[in-house]
Amino acid sequence: MLRQLTLTALAAAGFASLAAPAAAQDTVYVPLLTYRTGPFAGSGIHIANGMRDYLEMLNQRDGGIGGARIIIEECETGYDTKKGVECYESTKGKNPVLYNPYSTGITLQLIPKAAVDKVPVLSMAYGLSASADGSNFPWVFNPPVTYWDGASVFIRHVLQAEGGNIKGKTIGLIHLDAPFGKEPIPVLEALAKEYGFTLKLYPVPAAQMQNQGSVWLSIRRDRVDWIYNQGWGAMNPTAVKEAVKNGFPIDKLVGVWWAGGDDDARAGEAGAKGYKTLNFHNTGANFPVLQDILKHVFDKNLSQAKREQVGENLYNRGVYNSMLIAEAVRTAQRLTGKKAVNGTDVRRGLEALNITEARLKEIGMEGFAAPVKVTCTDHNGHNKVFVSQWDGTKYVKASDWIEPLKNIVRPLIEEAAKEYVSKDAGWPKRTEACDAPA
Amino acid sequence: MDLLFKIFIDPFLQMGAMPDLLVQTLWEGLVSGVLYALIALGFVLIFKASGVFNFAQGIMVVFAGLTLVGLHEKGVPAWLAVLLTLGVMLALAVAVERVVLRPLVNQPDIILFMATFGLTYVLIGIGEFIFGGEPKQMITDELGLPRGAIDVAMLGGRVTFQKIDIAAAVIASVMIAALAVFFQYTRIGRALRAVADSHKAALSVGISLNQIWAIVWFAAGIVALITGIMWGARSDVSFALQTIALKALPVLILGGFTSIPGAIVGGLIIGIGEKLAEFYWGPLVGGGIENWIAYVIALGFLMVRPQGLFGDKIIERI
Repeated sequence: MLRQLTLTALAAAGFASLAAPAAAQDTVYVPLLTYRTGPFAGSGIHIANGMRDYLEMLNQRDGGIGGARIIIEECETGYDTKKGVECYESTKGKNPVLYNPYSTGITLQLIPKAAVDKVPVLSMAYGLSASADGSNFPWVFNPPVTYWDGASVFIRHVLQAEGGNIKGKTIGLIHLDAPFGKEPIPVLEALAKEYGFTLKLYPVPAAQMQNQGSVWLSIRRDRVDWIYNQGWGAMNPTAVKEAVKNGFPIDKLVGVWWAGGDDDARAGEAGAKGYKTLNFHNTGANFPVLQDILKHVFDKNLSQAKREQVGENLYNRGVYNSMLIAEAVRTAQRLTGKKAVNGTDVRRGLEALNITEARLKEIGMEGFAAPVKVTCTDHNGHNKVFVSQWDGTKYVKASDWIEPLKNIVRPLIEEAAKEYVSKDAGWPKRTEACDAPA
Repeated sequence: MDLLFKIFIDPFLQMGAMPDLLVQTLWEGLVSGVLYALIALGFVLIFKASGVFNFAQGIMVVFAGLTLVGLHEKGVPAWLAVLLTLGVMLALAVAVERVVLRPLVNQPDIILFMATFGLTYVLIGIGEFIFGGEPKQMITDELGLPRGAIDVAMLGGRVTFQKIDIAAAVIASVMIAALAVFFQYTRIGRALRAVADSHKAALSVGISLNQIWAIVWFAAGIVALITGIMWGARSDVSFALQTIALKALPVLILGGFTSIPGAIVGGLIIGIGEKLAEFYWGPLVGGGIENWIAYVIALGFLMVRPQGLFGDKIIERI
């Protein structure tokens, strides 16, 4: 408590000291829509800490990005769409370089606003899968993978485990009964037709997240072979606990990357050993970037996280997210020659984003993640994903990098994007020029 | 025709074909029902004493659970943490009586109801400030609560009884019985019933309204702690738990706001009803009906008995 008060005071003092010489120093303003309170805080806190700490580390170590100090401002949404939109409206006048809504519900509300207010939306591996189509959504970016890619990787993992034939198998999707949870349904339905498995859906309303008894009884009745968990917040630890309690083979329960919190698996105690989750970055703190965070942020008491949480899956997710922000800003600075870039510049930066192996090494992330490349038409990249598995104390890499089924996913995305745009008669046609990749 | 078959015939065929799953569903419903009854009891006690629907009951469950786990995390032994948590709930009851209820005596019921809204958000804020927003594991082992399951082969299949669920059902039942006896047969219980009938009449015979209010809020705090422990052991202790408490609403609609037996019977009907509905009829509409079907069940009963199953029939002269 005292620590939080101290941090708040430090942040206030820091902000005040920034405000005075603002005219003299170049800055970039990065609002972070986060949730440290409410039913989804169990997931949201770790990501918020990771995101904040990476940006703070850049401020402490490098003085910001490309000579521009980062003004970090968190706005608490409680994972509530209304509050998220309020956060957006209250901060958009401060020249934000981009928005991270950190909720598919909030993302869906901000998508139509992005082109109007000229501030790009970065919904990293969440949000509307169809927004990967840059031709129709020039202001929205969702690298490195979409939910549809994730669902296809899950099916590829099942295919691999079942010897290549899943005809006649029953695959269940247990999902939060919200836009986020429903996202993978179209692609799983398409894949069910393609591979001949039966798809069963198990929606969990938000109010029932901790009361899943009848859902898991239904899973038992339907003799489901594999389960894909598109859950978030308090839903995930309960799902793991219920799977253990009902004797469902835990290594056949695979979560989307958001169902991979360390606390989610810990809830199942010894029975959770073997629980799987998709991932697009590594866990652990043995990467130079995380060591820098420990040195420049934790050693100066500037983080709200506990030291031992550095390296946990969702903390690292937040770090990865902020790495994308920083690289987009850097690319924008290179394209425009300005230090204090704005939303329009960073949209160009995001569209020319090309994070290679060499670049990952430069920023201390070699082996942490796979390269990412965004283009004007493809705002996602549909990058590779791997399967992580809980070993009883931490997640470990349990598969090679698996390519999504792009041949199935991409046409569905383009079709869905056209459908989205056709429903809105006033949807603007893309007029933004296309920069060469960085 | 096919739809009628799916609604009226098929679920019963399924029950006959897989009777072990029917028993499992009934057991899950029974456990949930007992816990709903316990939560509803917290509402009933306060409503009887003050005519206030205590919207803060849900957050009291979370607050009590977090206090217990939080104290244990600070190194306090488990059972001492339980006692200290009871102390915190007593202090909360006294504070609510002094700060919220006493200044609002003789105000319309809606004012008191809105005050409990305010109390909810105050408790959320205090809870998050002190304990943070992260979910916490209930100290199941430290409290000596059982783990594991008992698998019973029956009816051509198996039925699994989680030991923690058995413990939850037993403890909640004992708790409900103890509270019912306490408020039915003791002096304080009689005083409570007098207050419930008329504040002014109770005051005129020397019953201390303030004392009764503090006692019922403390009793609701004890109920909240037991609920927090039991539900926390089944999932975890997080702020999401407060939404579970709202499950008491259909229980109260069904059982009546003033009846302790109503809370018990209502809890069981809602718990078992929603599980059966979700399991056998949910798939017809894509599942996820558990959230609202409880209200449909409650409203169905209301059509027959508008005052609830055990509620008092109020006839006012005009």
